[in-house]
Amino acid sequence: MPESNTGLSDKPAIDIEKVRRDFPILSQTVHGKPLVYLDNGATTQKPQCVIERVRKFDAEQYGTVRRGSYKLSEQATLMFEDVRQKVADFFGAPDRKEIVFTSGTTQAINLVAHSYGRKFVNSGDEIIISNIEHHANTVPWQILCEEKGARLRVIPVNDDGELIMEEYEKLLNAKTRLVAVNHVSNALGTVNPVKEIIRKGHDAGAKVLIDGAQSSSHMKVDVKDLDCDFYTFSGHKMYAPSGVGGVYGKMDLWESMGPYVTGGDMILQVTLEKTTYAKPPARFEAGTPPITQVIGLGSAIDYLTEIGMDNIFEYEKSLLEYGTRLLQEIDGLRIIGNAREKASIISFVLDAAHPHDVGSMLDQDGVAVRGGHHCAQPTMIRYGVPATTRASMSFYNKFDELDVLAESIRKVIKLFS
Amino acid sequence: MSYDNELYQQVILDHNRNPKNFREIKNATHHCHGINPLCGDDMTVYLDVDPEQGVVKDISFVGTGCAISKASSSLMTAYLKGKTLDEVRIIFDEFHKMVLGEMDPEKQEHHLGKLKLFKGIRDYPSRTKCASLAWHTMIGALDEKTEEISTE
Repeated sequence: MPESNTGLSDKPAIDIEKVRRDFPILSQTVHGKPLVYLDNGATTQKPQCVIERVRKFDAEQYGTVRRGSYKLSEQATLMFEDVRQKVADFFGAPDRKEIVFTSGTTQAINLVAHSYGRKFVNSGDEIIISNIEHHANTVPWQILCEEKGARLRVIPVNDDGELIMEEYEKLLNAKTRLVAVNHVSNALGTVNPVKEIIRKGHDAGAKVLIDGAQSSSHMKVDVKDLDCDFYTFSGHKMYAPSGVGGVYGKMDLWESMGPYVTGGDMILQVTLEKTTYAKPPARFEAGTPPITQVIGLGSAIDYLTEIGMDNIFEYEKSLLEYGTRLLQEIDGLRIIGNAREKASIISFVLDAAHPHDVGSMLDQDGVAVRGGHHCAQPTMIRYGVPATTRASMSFYNKFDELDVLAESIRKVIKLFS
Repeated sequence: MSYDNELYQQVILDHNRNPKNFREIKNATHHCHGINPLCGDDMTVYLDVDPEQGVVKDISFVGTGCAISKASSSLMTAYLKGKTLDEVRIIFDEFHKMVLGEMDPEKQEHHLGKLKLFKGIRDYPSRTKCASLAWHTMIGALDEKTEEISTE
């Protein structure tokens, strides 16, 4: 890989060989070819430190949290709450109690739709989403609107995959209760101007939720600077185990909200007549949480912090530029989503082959990509395609892996034409 | 080419490029809409069945999908034309069992003819539904299902 292609001639932001050694799964072969893992938008692989932290916790330190009066439980509780602090610090949240753990972004958005939406959205109110949302940030709002007689409004996108901000401004009005948009589109890679979206939403008196599933592990996120009301994330997309994620919310909002899932641990007192609820975040964390997964998340955050989110952003940006250039050179390939601000996701279609065939064919070369609608069917409809093939990159990807991708795509085109 | 897998044999590539019976049948006696919600494949199968003799006079499909689903639809329509409804149901059962790996056309008696080339799909569980969408939709049409057929 020539230095000039990285655009980082002085000091590489990422020591790629060292990073790759941190991820044991990356050294395997698939169908006899080295694995080229490019489905990081769906889920990310785990570094050795996370694998080891989870193992050690389960082998030596596991206990329930917030319950037992014995040492294992007390220690586990301290470690668990320590991760809450790490998450708060990582996202710039002023108070660790503003972080609620969930199973991931999907549950996080559902929590807000249920606990905030059902309480504060009424008949005639409006909720704004965009045309390039994941179904997880679409369906909960559709259901809420249907239930409440509220109206779901949609920010349109231009042909490059960018939100049309003038249209957003026109949608905002006194009836807008909530704006829910992603930070980065999982289907196209567009980085949305969330700070501006939040400011304008607030000017109209609305609350703003940012779906951070695709941004949390790719760039520095500061919820205080953004001033968002809610920010959701998934652990498994940030090198942590699956089954854990969460949502940052402003404390005054959390305090105004009722519970979502109910049961143990979210109560202050239960009598057979009446239950009073615990304070946030416990109010929103009924039942035994994913304890081990939270511990793993803490380790993943340490790892990301050590590498540096700014370094990750820069390196992945170079990968994106290199990959985009390679794929643009392929005849019969069209990139869907050419926003000026993009995260390391390239979605494309081939004239010759359907995305599912592309996925199966690339797999034969060891290349793991996603083919499908990416749980973003309204996005696919907007761009007039049933599905796309998506290569989503991580800081552990090498530039020459993108050469393998491009070469493999050329083979598909040759075979299918 | 180094792609030596059972999934993309030449026949499948050819039928993907030039699918047979890829058209609507005006005045079809039966038709049904089928989708694969996981991948977005979407097709409609039309049949023109002779009510007296119970024979498939004509069968066709339209829609969007991957090479496997398109080739499967194309080969299905070509193969079922002229068959009786009883034969169609037997073939459907056998095809279904074959792609799920429950029936080996090399070892068991069957009526699948060249459709047995889809045998290899059983090694690609994520693609089984691509091959079977047309078949489920076709049976849905014969059963006069009015709702959409889904592979999920």
